[in-house]
Amino acid sequence: MPLLELFWSFFQVGLFSFGGGMAALPLIKNQVVDLHHWLTLTEFADLITIAEMTPGPIAINSATFVGTRIAGLEGALVATLGCILPSCIIVSFFAWLYFKYKDLKIIKGVLSGLRPAVVALIASAGLTILILAIWGEKGFSLDITSVNFVSVILFASAVYILRRWRPNPIAVMFGSGVIGGAIYLLM
Amino acid sequence: MQIKKHIYFKLFISTFYLSSFTFGGGFVIIPLMKKKFVDELKWIDEEEMLNLTAIAQSSPGAVAVNASMLLGYRVAGLPGALVTVLGTVLPPLIILSVVSLFYEAFQENMIINAVLKGMRAGVAAVIADVVISLGGKIVKEKEILSVLVMVFAFVAVFFLGVNVMYIILVCGLIGGLRMWISEKRKKAVM
Repeated sequence: MPLLELFWSFFQVGLFSFGGGMAALPLIKNQVVDLHHWLTLTEFADLITIAEMTPGPIAINSATFVGTRIAGLEGALVATLGCILPSCIIVSFFAWLYFKYKDLKIIKGVLSGLRPAVVALIASAGLTILILAIWGEKGFSLDITSVNFVSVILFASAVYILRRWRPNPIAVMFGSGVIGGAIYLLM
Repeated sequence: MQIKKHIYFKLFISTFYLSSFTFGGGFVIIPLMKKKFVDELKWIDEEEMLNLTAIAQSSPGAVAVNASMLLGYRVAGLPGALVTVLGTVLPPLIILSVVSLFYEAFQENMIINAVLKGMRAGVAAVIADVVISLGGKIVKEKEILSVLVMVFAFVAVFFLGVNVMYIILVCGLIGGLRMWISEKRKKAVM
């Protein structure tokens, strides 16, 4: 019953991964490598690289990758469904609560406390990516030779363009990819 | 009926498009969604976008899927939520199915690697842009507690690596308490 096992494994991943993205990784490893031996550790490392190189949430990328390898397209569909089903149920319930009670004073208060926190979370995610772009995998360092100046210039000009002309952000992301890519290949 | 179909279609196309370009983790989709649904289509306002993000973050699962689902629900009820989930899940499903078949060739491709490396700076810039807009608004409100919450939440998650769940719980509690105290004061004055 590989399909049922796939479904149940990724259902658990979907149910217990709070905080998204990297927080889901240990859960996925536990299910896919330790419990079911669907992937070796090296294959799992490859999976992370691929998931980072392609768009979309890492849990869904993993579900599709593992599902395809175990049971083809059916496997991919079943694993992905298992992965999003818990969120679908829980978020629907929260959505219902929110739209029913959002005008209550106390709920308004709670949400007013959450909004600045959400801005902080977005800032933290952005800074992590910026550090990766400027210093690479090794992380922040004061050593000036470890700075990737191409990234610094791309980042600064992209922020300027975004603030000044408010273009489509996807165009800016791709522009940065194409220009940066061309420079890296030439160097 | 015609109008409804049009909304479902627009929801599907928008989330499909955004999800196809969400490189670098769940939070990247939030700035993109804000641009599309708040600034361009004006279907919801900025405050509501942040509320929905907070709920998406507090629920288990991928932030991108949760946020899309909430947005679909807000715009067109439960059918809307189904449409946006489908739109968000399909791009990674299609792309990963293809990639997992040719993954060795894909990983060793120098051009793809260079473009993706260049793209990181752009992704960071898109996030920085939204943080400047949203953070600036919170600072301008001149509500000291909100600014403090923002600063402490940032330090906790970025430098101390505190689990996001606790940050959400504590900040929600602070907001609720602030409202409760100000309501109590109002009553005392009356």
